[in-house]
Amino acid sequence: MNPPSSRRLFWSFALLAVVSLGMYVTFAAVHYTWNWSSIWGYRSQFIWGWFTTLGISLGAMVVSIIVGFALMIGRRSSCTPLHLLSTGIVEVLRGSPLLVQLLLGYYIVATALYVGDPLIVGTVLLGCFEGAYLAEIFRGAIESISASQREAARAVGFDSAQTYRFVIIPQAVRRALPGTTGQMVSLIKDSSLLSVIGIEELVQKVRIMNSSSYTALEGYLPLAVAYLVVTIPLSWYARKLERRFAYET
Amino acid sequence: MKLETRQVTKRYGDFLALDGTSFQTGTDSHVVALLGPSGGGKSTLLRVLGGLLLPESGEVVVNDQPLPNEPEKALKNLRKNGFVFQGYNLFPHLSALQNIVLPLCAVHGFSDADAKKRALELLRRLGLEEHFHKRPAELSGGQQQRAAIARALAPKPDLLLLDEPTSALDPVMTGEVLDVIRELAEGGQQIVLATHEISFARKVADWVVFLVKGRVEESCAAEQFFEQPTSAPAREYLAGLSRYR
Repeated sequence: MNPPSSRRLFWSFALLAVVSLGMYVTFAAVHYTWNWSSIWGYRSQFIWGWFTTLGISLGAMVVSIIVGFALMIGRRSSCTPLHLLSTGIVEVLRGSPLLVQLLLGYYIVATALYVGDPLIVGTVLLGCFEGAYLAEIFRGAIESISASQREAARAVGFDSAQTYRFVIIPQAVRRALPGTTGQMVSLIKDSSLLSVIGIEELVQKVRIMNSSSYTALEGYLPLAVAYLVVTIPLSWYARKLERRFAYET
Repeated sequence: MKLETRQVTKRYGDFLALDGTSFQTGTDSHVVALLGPSGGGKSTLLRVLGGLLLPESGEVVVNDQPLPNEPEKALKNLRKNGFVFQGYNLFPHLSALQNIVLPLCAVHGFSDADAKKRALELLRRLGLEEHFHKRPAELSGGQQQRAAIARALAPKPDLLLLDEPTSALDPVMTGEVLDVIRELAEGGQQIVLATHEISFARKVADWVVFLVKGRVEESCAAEQFFEQPTSAPAREYLAGLSRYR
């Protein structure tokens, strides 16, 4: 499937050169004067923002997996109220903008519950939003395990807990992996919206940086790089995991 | 063994797979073959006899013991049996060895070491010792089916139930698998076999249950069935199958 590595390397460099040239031409055409020195002084702010984004993302990932798993179980439940409730939650969370969920969740729900810390509220709200997507990814993976596997599990004498533990979950994890990683990458990027409830994560820091150094765009290039530094290794690691679980071909 | 059903019905949605099925085998049958055209209810009857499916109504009696209908007891009962299906019933994420070891440990209370010993012994007997570490996708169809037989045999089942075990295999692999089944039958293993391999059934079976449209048309000693089938559908079925053999 993979072409020889020397050819891959050649094409990687060739494409990189073409893209760089294209970007250079584009940037040169607009005559924007880059003023890197003025934002350099704000680097510690930038790094602090990056760690905030990472922290929120990690927290929200944990929340999203728990929420996703719970909603998936609810969606598959034969108990009608539970099924309807989970389906409703998934539809509302997936169907409405995260921005609205953050504003209402923070200023109305969290206030009513006397939770003041925007970091905690933001992390939980982001986790719930992404969890709704994960629920559907998990559900799809579990329902894709064929009836013959369930029957085989019963035939060897597994009860239903053992069937899930030994047969369905191990196979479903592999199928859910690509979708889940994609969702995690989205989660990291979506965390930028948390600035609306006053969290100074990376994007917000860059905005502050840009305005206080009287520059317009300088901060956004390092911003893109700071996200890619996290998301590309994540995708790479996911591909590696996928290969480890690849047994069906 | 002695198998018996009384007015058993089983439906899938609107489809009536077993339609008040009743039959009784001889008291000392060793290999019972379930024969009949596709869609006639062979696979369903096999699952009902093994306790894998619970019928909607009617009674299933194995060796004069009625099978339980409560889920808990039914599971306990079915653990006494071994099943092999048409294909693709090994767990694809586990090696051949793990496929056998896992149920032994999780269901039958074997220690890990004992389970491995038992599994390797069976894989050797079925000619798969070099392949024990391979996942199903790395095995040929015949090897997969032999591994499935090894898994079914591992806990020393009372009944070994085989549902068209060679239907997905080419003639060479079919031969490999049938050899194994014949050896098991000759070794005294009690077998229930749903199959289209008439000539094989004729060699190993001592009792035949012939089903059409969810009803048993004939249940008699194998010799009698193959020599002088009494029902018209059975005669047609046998004639149709032997036309090109």
